[in-house]
Amino acid sequence: MIRLTVDGRTVEVPAGSTILDAVNAAGAHVPTLCHLKGNSPVASCRVCVVEVEGEPYPVPSCSTPARANMAVTTDSPQLLAWRRTALDLIIADHGLNSTNYCFSCEKNGACELQDVCRELGVESPSFPAREGKEPVLDSNPFLSYNPNLCIRCQRCVGACNEAACNHTLRASKHGLRTSIEAPFGEGWRQTDCESCGNCAQACPTGALVVKRREAYRSWETERVRTTCPHCGVGCQLDLVVRDGKIVDAEGAPGPSNRSLLCVKGRSGSFDFVSSEDRLTTPLVKNRETGEFEPATWDEALDLVARRFGELKGQYGGESLAAFACSRSTNEDVYLFQKMAHVALETNNIDSCARV
Amino acid sequence: MLGSGAMTNTIRDIAEQADVIMLVGSNPEEAHPVIGMQLRAAVERGCRLIVVDPRDIGLARMADIHLKIRPGTNVAFANAMTNVLIKERLVDEGFVRNRTEGFEILAANVSEYTPEWAEDVCGIDRRDLIAAAKLFGQAQRASIVYCLGVTEHSTGTDGVMALSNIAMITGNLGKAGGGMNPLRGQNNVQGACDMGASPDDLPGYQKIWDDAARAKFEKAWGVSLSPKPGTKATECFPAMMDGRIRGLYLFGEDPVRTDPDTGHVIKALESLEFFVVEDLFMTETAKYADVILPGCSYAEKEGTFTNTERRVQRVRKAVDVVEGARPDTEIFTEVMNRMGYPQPLLTPAQIMDEIATLTPPYGGISHERLDSESVAGCGLQWPCPHAGHPGTPILHVGSFSRGVGSFSVPEYRPSAERPDWDYPFILMTGRVLYHYNAQAMTGRTPGLDEISSRSFIELNTSDALRLGIEDGGLVRVTSRRGSIETIARVSGKTNPGQVWMPFHFQDGNSNWLTNAALDSISKAPEYKVCAVSVTPVWRPE
Repeated sequence: MIRLTVDGRTVEVPAGSTILDAVNAAGAHVPTLCHLKGNSPVASCRVCVVEVEGEPYPVPSCSTPARANMAVTTDSPQLLAWRRTALDLIIADHGLNSTNYCFSCEKNGACELQDVCRELGVESPSFPAREGKEPVLDSNPFLSYNPNLCIRCQRCVGACNEAACNHTLRASKHGLRTSIEAPFGEGWRQTDCESCGNCAQACPTGALVVKRREAYRSWETERVRTTCPHCGVGCQLDLVVRDGKIVDAEGAPGPSNRSLLCVKGRSGSFDFVSSEDRLTTPLVKNRETGEFEPATWDEALDLVARRFGELKGQYGGESLAAFACSRSTNEDVYLFQKMAHVALETNNIDSCARV
Repeated sequence: MLGSGAMTNTIRDIAEQADVIMLVGSNPEEAHPVIGMQLRAAVERGCRLIVVDPRDIGLARMADIHLKIRPGTNVAFANAMTNVLIKERLVDEGFVRNRTEGFEILAANVSEYTPEWAEDVCGIDRRDLIAAAKLFGQAQRASIVYCLGVTEHSTGTDGVMALSNIAMITGNLGKAGGGMNPLRGQNNVQGACDMGASPDDLPGYQKIWDDAARAKFEKAWGVSLSPKPGTKATECFPAMMDGRIRGLYLFGEDPVRTDPDTGHVIKALESLEFFVVEDLFMTETAKYADVILPGCSYAEKEGTFTNTERRVQRVRKAVDVVEGARPDTEIFTEVMNRMGYPQPLLTPAQIMDEIATLTPPYGGISHERLDSESVAGCGLQWPCPHAGHPGTPILHVGSFSRGVGSFSVPEYRPSAERPDWDYPFILMTGRVLYHYNAQAMTGRTPGLDEISSRSFIELNTSDALRLGIEDGGLVRVTSRRGSIETIARVSGKTNPGQVWMPFHFQDGNSNWLTNAALDSISKAPEYKVCAVSVTPVWRPE
């Protein structure tokens, strides 16, 4: 363990920790922007700078290793000035004209850059603002990249390369000219991109987004934490609900997925819920015409109970079978097999586990 | 056998701590993508990877060794690997002595499964097999991860037993970074099995023929239960045709699309006297029903799913039930009451409480606890026998659920259907990344269809050249059971003589072709091997 002080408070952190880890352990707060937990630090934004006793200049806390006996200061007028200047430079380069100063941006209200600017009192760039005129890459059905809004933090690069380990999205050039090569342009089908969208979830601004965001503003929505309905990994996700309809899904920090999702979980897990072709009434087949006719719940349930009852009476419960669904909840399956045992009186119960 | 069909370990301990991962008949990058991502990360941190798969799956590119075995030869490869491990003295003797029985019988039985023999049967280089055995056997922590490429064979249970022999003799059970880890297919297939949706079982794998178990449920439910095991789903279809089964209640499945030998399934459903389907949509199967009841989706209900790691996690209601449909538990309660069984209407949380009282592995699980701060959104891994129990991340630590681990020595048997003059290709089936099973859910997201919406067949370049088939051309694929048209994808992904198809797509559904030959124990169908012919229909412009 390494012992150091943060704002005069002594903390211990494991070897290999950064100053930012120590700051968090001390319960102090420094703003961050390019930092993404679990990924290698890029330290491009310089918003998380702190003072270390004996160092001539502030250092980025996200990338500086914690060392024994360091004395770290997280708040001072000088630090605030540094952080403001860093933000000032970032927003001058943020292509604010392309969104009418955030007004038309899909991330408006859910933008970390906006949040940090607000926290530090940076309202407009004092440097000449860059005019964003680069084309938006949006051929991928789910994801788009607007280079004009990119702040070169490379969180998307970390998400694709270190978290999803797909190595499709990369940074090119250096320094001020750093640019993101996002595989969402015309040639997207030829790339190895899995359209998982973990890059979009990592992006702090409106540069790399899931296209679903066009349909809502974050303040109109609520989130419901649930488990993905597709494969057996059990990824935790937040369904984003607006006016009683699910409009998006985001990865949540579950033990098996650690905030990651795949393309099915993020983009294919909820459209079907409000699909136009959902069944909305019981249907009973007319044996003469072979056509289904709508029925009331009472009619349909009575028919089910009567016919199963007749077959059971005539041929015994073993003439009936019940197949449960491996996609449904434990509670559903439990009650279904109970129904089969106690009402159908059969042990012919199975699920699609075998197929 | 180890006593339970679930992952022994967690995804995280395998991804972070294994020194070697042997991936058998599993393509997690497409079928379990978030596990795929974590396995890629494992390889990048330095974990060695052995891939055993007849196809060049994506992870084969990252593998140290790829054993591209002939489909249906899992038992042969695994027994030969056991043979090498014993011969090379890579056996964990302490583990074998203290925790297993019958090693001598195993050693004697696998002595004939030499690498030379396996080379011919599996179609691999013996040196690769020996290298894989040494890599696995020398590792401190080695994990076996497998999937339907092992189980969906007429010898599937044998394949699992042969693999678990490898895990046992190398002492890789009951420790982090090791284990026998089946990746379960559907979101809640683990839970459906746990909940007793099985003809032999009551909830919690309590056997229907066990008098004490049955007495417990008889008392709780107030009925008497038959001790006779029921008929397995895959055996129900023939039973429908010969009149042993006359009525079927099908909850949320689409066997016309997903079960093997579609023509046979349709005939069976048509011979039912009364057929109820409960589903969200008018599926291909529902068309044969007498009554269709509209149920509700996961986003419209409270409940739990149990993932492939035995982790019970919450499902929460995000939106109201679509108008006209009803929660499934309410429908079952109605049917029970109308058939004369007095079932009170319970909330999902109350149902879980009933589950906990009757199902020992779930004894400590409740919605309240899963939602509590102490669980912190991490779910609970069964066995979790009481409310103070933290759950069990790794099984078989210290001892097996059945005391001592016993070896069973499966003999290699060829697949039920082998290629011949008329049907010269082995057809395998599987998933693609962008869709899930019969697409009831994914088929309703337009963007996924934009990426992937058509059936196809992968075949080897040399076969394509010989048959005059071009990449992108239309081909006809025929088996003894049916015939479909689909698009050819020509590459080296499969070996000559082997072809592969996804099973999602209704244009050219591979299940018109697949064989309903069943594993003798699990009764899982042999989706992974059937014999087909492939002929060109037209070439692309």
